[in-house]
Amino acid sequence: MFVFILRRILETIPVLLCVAAMTFFMCRLAPGGPFDDDKQVTAEVREQLNKQFNLDKPLYVQFYQYLVNLPKLQSFKYPNRTVGDIIKQKFPVSFKLGFFAITIALGIGVLFGVIASLKPNSFIDYIPSSLAMIGICLPTFVMGPILMYIFALKLKLLPATGWGGFDGDAIFHTDMILPSLTLGLFYAAYISRLTRGGMLDILTQDYIRTAKAKGASGLRVIVKHAMRGGLLPVISFMGPAVAGLIAGSFVIETIFNIPGLGKDFVQSAFNRDYTLVLGVVMFYATLIVLLNLVVDILQVTLNPKLKFNS
Amino acid sequence: MISLAAIGLASVILIGCGSGGNENGSGGPGGPELKILKITVGSEPEDVDPHVVTGVPEHHIIASLTEGLVAEDPVDLHPVPGVAEKWDISEDGKVYTFHFRENAKWSNGDTVTANDFAMSYKRILTPALASKYAYMLFVMEGAEDYSSGKLTDFSKVGVKALDERTLQITLNAPTPYFLSLLNHYTWFPVHIATVEKHDGMTKRGSGWTKPENFVGNGAFTLKSWELDRKLVVVKSKTYWDAATTKLDEIHFYPIQLETTQENTFRAGQIHNIYNLHNDKIETYKANYVDELRIKPHLASYFYRFNVTRKPCDDVRVRKALAMAIDRESLVKNVTKGEQMPADFFTPPGVAGYTARARIGGNVEEARRLLAEAGYPDGKGFPSLDLLYNTTEGHRIIAEAIQQMWKKNLNINVTLQNQEWKVYLDRQREMDYQVSRAGWTGDYPDPNTFLDMWTSWSQQNQTGWSKPEYDALIRKAAVTKDPAARLEVFQQAEEILMDELPIIPIYIYTRVYALHPAVKNWHANVLDHHPWKHVDLDLSKLKE
Repeated sequence: MFVFILRRILETIPVLLCVAAMTFFMCRLAPGGPFDDDKQVTAEVREQLNKQFNLDKPLYVQFYQYLVNLPKLQSFKYPNRTVGDIIKQKFPVSFKLGFFAITIALGIGVLFGVIASLKPNSFIDYIPSSLAMIGICLPTFVMGPILMYIFALKLKLLPATGWGGFDGDAIFHTDMILPSLTLGLFYAAYISRLTRGGMLDILTQDYIRTAKAKGASGLRVIVKHAMRGGLLPVISFMGPAVAGLIAGSFVIETIFNIPGLGKDFVQSAFNRDYTLVLGVVMFYATLIVLLNLVVDILQVTLNPKLKFNS
Repeated sequence: MISLAAIGLASVILIGCGSGGNENGSGGPGGPELKILKITVGSEPEDVDPHVVTGVPEHHIIASLTEGLVAEDPVDLHPVPGVAEKWDISEDGKVYTFHFRENAKWSNGDTVTANDFAMSYKRILTPALASKYAYMLFVMEGAEDYSSGKLTDFSKVGVKALDERTLQITLNAPTPYFLSLLNHYTWFPVHIATVEKHDGMTKRGSGWTKPENFVGNGAFTLKSWELDRKLVVVKSKTYWDAATTKLDEIHFYPIQLETTQENTFRAGQIHNIYNLHNDKIETYKANYVDELRIKPHLASYFYRFNVTRKPCDDVRVRKALAMAIDRESLVKNVTKGEQMPADFFTPPGVAGYTARARIGGNVEEARRLLAEAGYPDGKGFPSLDLLYNTTEGHRIIAEAIQQMWKKNLNINVTLQNQEWKVYLDRQREMDYQVSRAGWTGDYPDPNTFLDMWTSWSQQNQTGWSKPEYDALIRKAAVTKDPAARLEVFQQAEEILMDELPIIPIYIYTRVYALHPAVKNWHANVLDHHPWKHVDLDLSKLKE
């Protein structure tokens, strides 16, 4: 297992280098630059700006500098912050939002999925399954404002926007409920469908019948025997999903005005903020690679048919 | 069952911490309640260094942190004493001598000196800083040459600290709007010692603007700044006019999305909506009369022609296109924000100037001109692309104009929307035929609208130039008599409206909402609100 992990980590290095190179050069190919805005500047000013931000060096030199120095480089858009500063400030927010959303998604999703799979094509199946379908069809940018309208503007139970208290920096605050719920429900819908499918496959297997024949209780059969295999599709799905969730959601962060990393993921590209784009993309890529590794390890642990050397 | 346990845990957290965070700042138990204005100015400020930034949100924040030689009257923005308690103007209108007040202090207690200003102007004009906005200082003698590197001896530039408390500025020509110009942040001072301590005078984005390092001379001082969350300024105790300052704190929130601004405002979390969405104007007119504000703004919405490409190289085509737009209907049915339909370019009433030039004409004449240009009833008219940056508001205007041109002139226009930076790049490279644009005046004077169409202006971007026009703008710059000077601008605008390198469409309004508890907030065309006068009625806030 140790060799397996080491080999996988070594394999990620060329992958990350490829991602870095593609991001860097694609950004540079896009028209416009970080210093373009409404008010056009003279050629001399542009030249000085390029010089100050090292854009006058050959591209390969810049690429090398970006690779070795990335966290310490200045953002083009917010020049008094470094890429590291920005990620350090914003990632904890995105992480927390992602964590709450995953908790909600797994809790509701797995519960609904398991229930639905117990008596397929009955009411117990139809109700959670149709709720899941609605959840999938309602994108977050529709669900978010609906929840905000009901709970914040009409019932006035929760704040409309903000994170950790509009002014404070509370560890938990009521303004975290709506965004976490919006994001969590969306993923819960997928997870419940995946769980239902996975469970239906497993529940017809011989070893389940054997377990029942041995007199194991219904609950024990489901939790101990069926879910272990039935949740495998969910685990595969969760790898990249968790990476996406904790790296921030552009839509949720914009609607609820949350200072997370998801906004930078999109905005830095629009701003041609070359350093920040590379920073957030590399950060996200590393997360995905790591979480995929975790998923692979979990898969082998849960599925006796798989071995680490495969 | 991991998942159920997780739900249980989550609900424990929910119940346990449901009441975290104190929303209304109070001065501790028993203390007086603090006056905290919570507003959004749209997007996140890029920096608060007045010599580096170019944006409007930055203006609002910097205006609270820094003060120039003069300040603005809160009602009509006429120049009132700021760091300078009085000033003399020479006979020829070219030399200004500012006498500093004794008690003007930086937030670290240092006295604000004339040398601080001279060194600040040197900094913004230094080529290595590459200030995008340095041209705002070009009315000062030698400033342009120093900024372009032609002049290396700063003592030849028209700014001198005669002593600790006397600053003399020499201009190229009598400039009637000079005192108003001084309220633009490019003319604000920076604390030289602080700037030098953090990577020197010419480094952009050095740490000197971080809250722990910042030193300013304004009515407020920087307390905290979290990217994309909020920027907090608190009343400065060292400010010379601290007795006037009403608010204890201002919290600036970066909220970009208009609907999010509105939801946050309606939930009572902030005191303004910076931009109210078109779709909401009717609702607010009906239900939120006290909150809604619609005020004229010193800004023009227009389309640029690329006069170097067919068919817009022909002035008859440009005129036909300009005349075939029904601006009244556009403003009434599409933009809906009470904008002023404009067949002229400079917003009216700027420093006593209201353009008399008009595009004039009507649809019949437009058709006739198009036929004269060789396209009777639009036959044979080449393909025409209309470029705009991807925004809902620009799209609906472009679609309406596309329809008007189809209906009135029988020509087909293709709409091209491009992401902001691509759009700017194509406009700069003249890779367009017709392009949407807007211009906000930098200071209240027709010059800020008319000098952009000179052959040497970076903002022109139409390929159009005319020696007569250039000559008029040069003449205006040296004409001392105010009435004669405005007359020169009238003639320039007449040329502009006759040649039409642009199609003026409307004069902007600012459509926003403000909580009735906010006091001493006066609407004006520059949308400047001198923060030391703004007040908050706490009793109204609770209603």
